Amino acid sequence: MLNFTLRRLMFTIPTLLLISFIIFIILDMAPNDPTGNLPLTIPPEVREKIRASLGLDEPMYIRYLLWCQQFFINEPLNMLNNWFGWCIGDCEGRLRVTSWATRSPVVDLIAERMPQTLWVVGMSYVVGILIALPIGVISAYKQYSWFDQLGTFIAMIGFSVPTFFTGVLMIVIFSVWMPNDSMFWMPSIYDTTHEVTDWSSFVFQMRQMAMPVLVLALYNAAHISRYMRASMLDNLSQDYVRTARAKGLKEKTVLLVHVLRNSMIPVVTVIALGIPQVFGGAIITEQIFKVNGLGQLLIIGIQGADIPLVQTLTFLFAVLIVLFNLVADVLYGLLDPRIRYD
Amino acid sequence: MTDATEIEDTRQYRSLWGDVWSQFRNHRGAMLGSFVFIFILLAVSIGPYLWTLDPNYADVRNRNQGMSWGHPFGTDQLGHDMLAQVLQGGRISISVGLTAMALSLFLGTFIGVLAGYFKRLDGLLMRGTDLFLALPILPLLLVIIMLFRDTLRGMFGPETGIFILIVFIIGITSWMQTARIVRGDVLALKEREFILAANSIGTPSKRVISRHIMPNILSPIMVSATLGIATAIITESSLSFLGLGFPSDFPTWGRLLFDGTQRISQAPGRVIFPGLAISLTVLSVNFIGDGLRDALDPRIRGR
Repeated sequence: MLNFTLRRLMFTIPTLLLISFIIFIILDMAPNDPTGNLPLTIPPEVREKIRASLGLDEPMYIRYLLWCQQFFINEPLNMLNNWFGWCIGDCEGRLRVTSWATRSPVVDLIAERMPQTLWVVGMSYVVGILIALPIGVISAYKQYSWFDQLGTFIAMIGFSVPTFFTGVLMIVIFSVWMPNDSMFWMPSIYDTTHEVTDWSSFVFQMRQMAMPVLVLALYNAAHISRYMRASMLDNLSQDYVRTARAKGLKEKTVLLVHVLRNSMIPVVTVIALGIPQVFGGAIITEQIFKVNGLGQLLIIGIQGADIPLVQTLTFLFAVLIVLFNLVADVLYGLLDPRIRYD
Repeated sequence: MTDATEIEDTRQYRSLWGDVWSQFRNHRGAMLGSFVFIFILLAVSIGPYLWTLDPNYADVRNRNQGMSWGHPFGTDQLGHDMLAQVLQGGRISISVGLTAMALSLFLGTFIGVLAGYFKRLDGLLMRGTDLFLALPILPLLLVIIMLFRDTLRGMFGPETGIFILIVFIIGITSWMQTARIVRGDVLALKEREFILAANSIGTPSKRVISRHIMPNILSPIMVSATLGIATAIITESSLSFLGLGFPSDFPTWGRLLFDGTQRISQAPGRVIFPGLAISLTVLSVNFIGDGLRDALDPRIRGR
């Protein structure tokens, strides 16, 4: 197993390098100019100098290698320096990936935005899983009952209706139509500067998180509950279930210990595989509720032609996908003794 | 040979597609989905001839109207009739969905068949597919649109340019699932006796693929087609919703929704109708896909 994990890890390195190169090429083909937003009164030779100061006069492969050096070598070294105080090489004058628009290191910008995204997205995924698992189990156990039919229908709605419509619909219901003093009124704009200090501010935090979290949770729950149901159905008809019942085990034990544990194996991997997609989908949800997380940072970067920022963020999304693919494969091998890769 | 036709045959033949159809008809959701989808298709194709208000006519005196007989869906901040806009937007949204689906289906089938049938190409093509699956699609779509929007607009005009761009990028980023499914099926089919027979009488690979393999992988392709329409419509609407799709003069459902959110507190109706249109279309297409999958699966059929 360890052997397999190491082999897969070795294989991810060239994959990620290739992906970062593809992203770089696509961004490099950009016909737009980072100095395009500057005032027209700037003379052309100064404009040239600004471009040179951004490193744009170098050939493409040098810029790519520079980015690689900054991202793969300088940034981790800088993190070590910040967290543990270890100083390796030149600590002060080290070049980091710098945003063109704000002139601050991209990694710092990302670290600033990360908590909001993690709170909203992470919470929605957890809520989604918590809703989906019981629904999946009951739907499978009472197959074709009214509960199952209703669950199927709601799941179908959950993954057919796009999050930007459910989000907007919730804003219409809970922020526009609901009277302001009602208990169910929710703010439609997420206030990031809000700090939780006492009970009432905690309640406010819960209120402002409720809508974005619910919107994403519904979408995630729809997918996961389907997998859970299918996986439970596969296991319920197995011989070991009949054996367990024949032994006289309680129905609860049969269902929750024998069947559920085995059915969780594929579901756990599906959950792991879904995490990167959730981050991608959060781009839209963050835009609806004006959460200033990673997705919004990406949109701002794209609109301002801030190439280093977009390059780094897009690459991080790719890292998430590759990483969680690996995690899913390893988990499958660990949880299911029938699957051995070596 | 000719005698056989004279014998009167009273047996009732059951063809494959007859079976599929009867199974499909029993799937309540799929039938309802088909009716809704056909209704939406008719509405957006014939609708603009029946509801003759010009979607781009700005009736400034009647702006921000609620629902009324003159404007059943109300009007927007410039006095455009919302019903006409939703009908017009549906034409673009659905044609983007259908064309992008066709492109991605073509690419996916082509790559899947090549990878499954020719062992030499398998490794390379499947590594490529894995690489595409690892790309973060939505951020890349946003970046590509941002970068190439103006170039294509200059080349083909504002509407056609963005249409080509969006269809193209949705098509080339959504073929991977189809390719994987098709490859798996082709790999299994290739070992069957009828392919061996075809090879042994010297049928060229091209004809083996077109006559023997393609008809047998039609059912997974049809299911992917329905799912492909749904994802293409959602992707296009998400792009428009983020402000990076079609311009306001050629509104799609996503764009109408995006424009509506800015005035959500004054006119909530403006986001509900386009949103409902997207959701109903995608929901009905998904139900059709569900029904097709059940109907085309011989293990479920006849139960």
